[in-house]
Amino acid sequence: MPTIVVEVMPKAELLDPAGKAVATALGKQGRSHFSGVRIGKRFELTVDEVTDAVLAEARELADDLLSNGVIEDVVSVRVAE
Amino acid sequence: MRIGVVTFPGSLDDRDAQRAVRLAGGEPVALWHGAHDLDGVEAIVLPGGFSYGDYLRCGAIAAQSPIMTEVVSAANAGMPVLGICNGFQILVESHLLPGGLIRNDHGDFVCRDQRLRVENADTAWTNQFTAGEEITIPLKNGEGGFIADAETLKRLESEGQVAFRYLQTNPNGSLNDIAGLTNARGNVVGLMPHPEHAVEAGFGPDTDAAMRSGVDGLRFFTSILQQTLANA
Repeated sequence: MPTIVVEVMPKAELLDPAGKAVATALGKQGRSHFSGVRIGKRFELTVDEVTDAVLAEARELADDLLSNGVIEDVVSVRVAE
Repeated sequence: MRIGVVTFPGSLDDRDAQRAVRLAGGEPVALWHGAHDLDGVEAIVLPGGFSYGDYLRCGAIAAQSPIMTEVVSAANAGMPVLGICNGFQILVESHLLPGGLIRNDHGDFVCRDQRLRVENADTAWTNQFTAGEEITIPLKNGEGGFIADAETLKRLESEGQVAFRYLQTNPNGSLNDIAGLTNARGNVVGLMPHPEHAVEAGFGPDTDAAMRSGVDGLRFFTSILQQTLANA
């Protein structure tokens, strides 16, 4: 079955406490190459077929329900390879 | 007066809210998230808890539930609605109040007796307070950091829509120390702290007078009774 992938990230200007906690854990492991971590969400929407209308509906859904525009950005809506 | 308390899957403080309504002199009415029926109530409380396990975003799934269609249209028609903690998150996700609530900036769940200042004492749920009054009620949340864009924040401040502000310490990184909001009309109020946990001596926050004697939360519920009497 084809899959549409929606990716949502917390807005760049907002503090991401979960990402910060992971970044701190990396620091404790002595991993010096990774200076920051941000955690977002990936939704996999299974569809019968991918059409322009279905993709448009997925984009609408991404803005309406899957993300909250006050705190998050939809970074991509695409068909999985 | 019949005051509805909505139970969602994962609501935690619905019974406490019902009890607070009763102690204030009202008649609590249990409402169910899956119903399209407000059962003739005159006001509604959305209680605290972890509806739908906080999946997706806190309050986001509950905001899509059948009863919220009715709550939103009743609120838009002027019915008083109080959202406590998860209920506040549901109000924000339902767009009845602006902004958003994100994980506490320090990353930890916080549970404490919280000092607040009542900023707006002209709402359906705060008319038994005086503006500027300081109260103490319990706070317990992991995702209580209030955020909004600069323009919204400016509007909330200039139009008196900040209902409560944290005093002494900001427990979760909320912008402008905002603990609770009201809509422009004053019928919808949401806050992170829990007034229903400060309604009976022996079970509330400590005060200077005696341990666990704080009942500052009771006036949220007597406010709504007063409001309805005044309108009758």
